[in-house]
Amino acid sequence: MRLSLIAPLVSAIALILAAPATAQDEPIAAEPAAAQDATADEGGLTGTVTDENEWQDLGIAITTFATDRDVATRTNAGSTAALGRALSQIIASNLRNNGLFKPSGPGGLPQPTFSQVTAPDYPTWQLRSADMLVQGYVRAQADGSLAIGCYLYDVLLSQELAKAGWVVAPSDWRRAAHRCSDMVYSRLSGESPFFDSRIAYIAETGPKDRRVKRLAVMDSDGQNHKYLTSGQATALTPRYSPDYGSLLYLSYLNGSPSIYVYDVAAGTQRLITRSANPTFAPRWSPDGRYILYSMAVGGNTDIYRIPASGGESQRLTDAPGIDIGGSFSPDGRRIVFESDRSGSQQVYVMDADGSNQRRISFFGGRAATPEWSPRGDQIAFTHMAGNFRIAVMSPGGGSLRYLTNAWQDEAPTWAPNGRIVQFFRTQRNSGETSLWQVDLTGRNERRLPTPVGASDPAWGPVRD
Amino acid sequence: MPELKKSLSLAALAAGSLALSACASKAPPELPPQPGGTVDPNANNAGVGQVVPGSQADFTARMMGDDTIYFDTDRYNIDSVDAAALAKQAGFLGQYSNRRITIEGHADERGTRDYNLALGERRANAAKNYLVSLGIAADRIATVSYGKERPVALGSNESAWAQNRRAVTVVID
Repeated sequence: MRLSLIAPLVSAIALILAAPATAQDEPIAAEPAAAQDATADEGGLTGTVTDENEWQDLGIAITTFATDRDVATRTNAGSTAALGRALSQIIASNLRNNGLFKPSGPGGLPQPTFSQVTAPDYPTWQLRSADMLVQGYVRAQADGSLAIGCYLYDVLLSQELAKAGWVVAPSDWRRAAHRCSDMVYSRLSGESPFFDSRIAYIAETGPKDRRVKRLAVMDSDGQNHKYLTSGQATALTPRYSPDYGSLLYLSYLNGSPSIYVYDVAAGTQRLITRSANPTFAPRWSPDGRYILYSMAVGGNTDIYRIPASGGESQRLTDAPGIDIGGSFSPDGRRIVFESDRSGSQQVYVMDADGSNQRRISFFGGRAATPEWSPRGDQIAFTHMAGNFRIAVMSPGGGSLRYLTNAWQDEAPTWAPNGRIVQFFRTQRNSGETSLWQVDLTGRNERRLPTPVGASDPAWGPVRD
Repeated sequence: MPELKKSLSLAALAAGSLALSACASKAPPELPPQPGGTVDPNANNAGVGQVVPGSQADFTARMMGDDTIYFDTDRYNIDSVDAAALAKQAGFLGQYSNRRITIEGHADERGTRDYNLALGERRANAAKNYLVSLGIAADRIATVSYGKERPVALGSNESAWAQNRRAVTVVID
């Protein structure tokens, strides 16, 4: 099941093919946050483009992964040759769909031979005006597992930039494509990886007044999709645990809304707290050791913290009104949350023990569903002034920037690298919902493929 | 306990659809016979069309729309119209003092999901507190919030949203 890094395998290949040893340069640590602040006050969808990096215009050729021997595999992609095509297609789709690059291939490009994977035919690619070249291989192992290698070359420099290899179980083959996408993306952009991650959300079917809502999970590209609940009880607001071992979500299983912890491997669930009071808005701490939840007592809702392993709850807020939600800063020391103590929904920050509560949103309208970026530098939220728009601000409450502009966009969730925000969009009148994501420039917005309607997305971290 | 709660929520569901038609017209589409003296002595089982006094069907029929109270955007206060409706509900509950109720709190779609769940709970509690102030025992009144999950009016306009910002009282049969 586990994906293991195979330095030994890569060196075995290198040994056979006498590939030149190459420097594995660390990705260049970019500081795009600083660049953003410089233009942050411009606001709106235009004038916010701060990410006009040259790497986005790189011509990247992504070739069909070669195989030493075309044999059957236990994957749903077919033989090793078919798997090689599928892997390169996933990588090209990943890089293209997120608006990060303009890759070509694998269709319409020459197919490298197995031996060319580690010794690219640079003149051919130079003639085709490719700047970068992605090649790779698939090899079936005796035990049924698959060895998959991934190489990134600079065509003009005739130089290897990065390489990695993995041994994966047949059921996990797509992860190798996501890992390879992450390697290429990180090496060329200097950003942290994010493709090898999963998303929990709520699948919606049926008419607006009798909507069926099911807990569902999928890979970051929408594949490996799975429903976890039947839809008999309404499910809402899931959150993957940082280790992907469990999910928090709200269910009407017992007739009233309560937070459950769903164990992914066992398929069982338990209430996080035994209380006759309704509980909402579950959240994990970044280390997975604590759970935040909100509970209404006599109509007054406050935020509580409880150890994930069980134990005593600690009440963090006590203002009259609705204090709800909560998202930890990456270091776990602060919590951004939502409160209507001022008369309308606004965003507040407090220390993780509930002290030092102060309002940070002063933009007019209502501000809700704050989510702290995994990079720590920004807070995404829903700004409601007429329409509902996804926006970001600094943790101090400055530098408001809108990322979307539609009738009702709601509930942002960050990509693990803090460069993309996912959210859900509701259509006026029909109430149909869909998942979308947008990068921090606000330019590259796209709808995620889901089998049915979709809401309440929660993006998990990069997998181990 | 889970068994009980399940049937409870099923009853709430059925009541919700009743409330829908009641809400749209401010009166049930067909008025059931008045309770008391309407039971056909020849009927040997409780069939369709018979209304058990004190039941949910009896309640919705007699409330004529006043089983539901409405709220302004983001508000949960009980205004004079709400107070009159709740007084009518209290009269019924005083008459059938063995009956328990659930108050369902709802919000319109123009709010975020978590907040609307909490807002629905606050509205349901506002109605509950008012009934308690009229002498109805608190332990007879359960509350449940559906947030924006169960609209009765399906449009995306002010009129629909006004109908959806509501607290609906349902008698537990």
